Amino acid sequence: MFLLIEQLLNGLQFGLLLFLLAAGLTLVFGIMDFVNLAHGSLYMMGAYFAATFVGWTGSFVFGAILALAATLLLGIALEFVALRHLYGRDHLDQVLATFGLILFFNDMVRLIWGPAGLALPLPTWLTTPVQLLPGVYYPAYRLSIIIVALLVAALLYLVVMRTRIGMLIRAGASNREMIGALGINIKLLFTLVFGLGAALAGLAGLMQAPILTVQIGMGENILILAFVIIVIGGIGSIRGAFLAAIFVGLIDTLGRAFLPDLLRKVLSGAAASTAAPALSSMLIYLLMAIVLVLRPEGLFPAAKR
Amino acid sequence: MKTSFWLAGVAALALAQPAFAADTIKIGFVSTFSGPTAVIGNDMRNSFELALDHLGRKIDGKPVEVIYEDDQQKPDVGKQKTEKLVQSDKVDFIVGYIWSNVLLASLKTAVDSKTFLISANAGPSQLAGELCSPYVFSTSWQNDQTPQAMGTYMNQKGVKSVFLIGPNYAAGKDMLAGVKSTFKGEVVGEEYTVWPSQLDFSAELSKARNSKAEAIFVFYPGAAGVQFLNQYAQAGIKQQIPLYTAFTIDELSLPLQKENALGVPGAQQWVNDLPNEQNKKFVADYRKKYANLRPTFYGAQSYDAANLINSAVVAVKGDLTKKDAMRDEMQKVNFKSVRGSYKYGNNHIPIQNFYLQDVVKDADGQLALKTVATIVENDQDRFHDKCPMK
Repeated sequence: MFLLIEQLLNGLQFGLLLFLLAAGLTLVFGIMDFVNLAHGSLYMMGAYFAATFVGWTGSFVFGAILALAATLLLGIALEFVALRHLYGRDHLDQVLATFGLILFFNDMVRLIWGPAGLALPLPTWLTTPVQLLPGVYYPAYRLSIIIVALLVAALLYLVVMRTRIGMLIRAGASNREMIGALGINIKLLFTLVFGLGAALAGLAGLMQAPILTVQIGMGENILILAFVIIVIGGIGSIRGAFLAAIFVGLIDTLGRAFLPDLLRKVLSGAAASTAAPALSSMLIYLLMAIVLVLRPEGLFPAAKR
Repeated sequence: MKTSFWLAGVAALALAQPAFAADTIKIGFVSTFSGPTAVIGNDMRNSFELALDHLGRKIDGKPVEVIYEDDQQKPDVGKQKTEKLVQSDKVDFIVGYIWSNVLLASLKTAVDSKTFLISANAGPSQLAGELCSPYVFSTSWQNDQTPQAMGTYMNQKGVKSVFLIGPNYAAGKDMLAGVKSTFKGEVVGEEYTVWPSQLDFSAELSKARNSKAEAIFVFYPGAAGVQFLNQYAQAGIKQQIPLYTAFTIDELSLPLQKENALGVPGAQQWVNDLPNEQNKKFVADYRKKYANLRPTFYGAQSYDAANLINSAVVAVKGDLTKKDAMRDEMQKVNFKSVRGSYKYGNNHIPIQNFYLQDVVKDADGQLALKTVATIVENDQDRFHDKCPMK
């Protein structure tokens, strides 16, 4: 029972982290109709900035805030210099250009920080496990990821649903041409949305950094999951991304946690141990396939007219 | 007119190439030089180059040409690169291979062409058993040996139950099987994770904690070892269940693992402080040549590989067609290994000592690995009976 609670928290934490990454991706894809493969690079840059700034300032929280600001600025600069010239182009051109950006960022990081990767140590108040219930311990840092991500999700919800900017973002997701025709400065809106997406990716990267290592190419595997999430959730929908991310996080973690034991009931021990990891990593893609068959638009598509 | 003259020149050069090649020793080196584990490949290359420096950049008076190829940690790419080295570069020796699955995919190409292959790291059980070959030598170990030593050490410590975690590929399976073969207590759980993409071990750590095992054993080479130790410490399990490792803490991962690695034991056939002359020279010159870097066991094995090749070529006076004589010479281990002396079994896998290593602060206040004890002496792998070679 305690194990189940712990594994549910693990899944929730992983899902919320994926949400931060997917939220930016779905905004950029849904509103700007722009496929940004370099989103994973912004995630990586967030982690590298955080490792550097925490080293300079000696404070984890302060370093993280600086890193967040730096990724935001980097995202805006990237949009301004390179990506805005690609909006009218074919998706294939965008994929090619942003794939080039992945290579660019990887080699730039190699030049600046070296190939070995960096460590981002946690302050002691985050390294001790917290007792949630008698007998249920949970790492304080993973708990803080859950809290921060939930706060960000709530904030995002308020901004998108309750503010003028959010109204424009939603309008953009529904009908891009129309809000341009209504005299909204669409260029500025796009820059803003892209910067917001970059900051969210950077936040995911810097929060993941102490758990994993900060290394070149760290954003590439996780980006695939983020794409799966926005496909499941419906492109352009923040709510869809949120729910799909939590689904995916839970399915991945619970699959890994309980599938081996289930398989051992049917298969021999050795075969089950080998098959379980392979099978559990397929579960997410199975879910995506099922969603695509039943609801090709995703579970919560942004309203279109 | 001018163009045709130029073309003739190129053609002449191309024709001259094979005659020139016969006077150099060509070595192909397959390792990982890109991605998160590129640091391991770099260490192997550094050590191999240092060995060539120590040999005066010549083997039996002939210049050496090393062709480094990146396997990207992928079996299919490793196989392609091996084919390229054998078929178009026509190398005399192939060295390297960090990953057991990459080596297993590449093995047939090298063996079929009767090119000597020296594994400077990977030691899959198949290679020691049914897939053993007269053309393959190892300067490392068979995968099971190191965790077997760790299992023996856990017995000595009186550990009664253990939870095993490792990656789901050839080496991961060998490693966990190795611990199980010597550990006398109960194995309460065994988890395999997706390799190399899974980096978050929260689900496995939660299960380990709830299993109430007395110890956890893991095998996570490269960056995954850093991630595992981070998460193990953050989850607070370090205070509850002690960790035992194989190939998880080394000189490359230690600067990132930092305090998390303190007090976590590992087993190894080579440690940087082994007190023999050739090892002191290797470690000191490595640190001199590559500022701020320290050699790892991967490097030590590559350094040995260069010297093993040198011994074989010198024995046949540079006549590389005498493959049988070269094999006989290599079987004698007629060079000074940085791990101290070792012998070859019938399957060309070393029979050697395994040491207990611990993480300590060295004289400079930096974290370093230190030999604490000898766990087993002259250990031979447990698959040599399955090897048809006598």
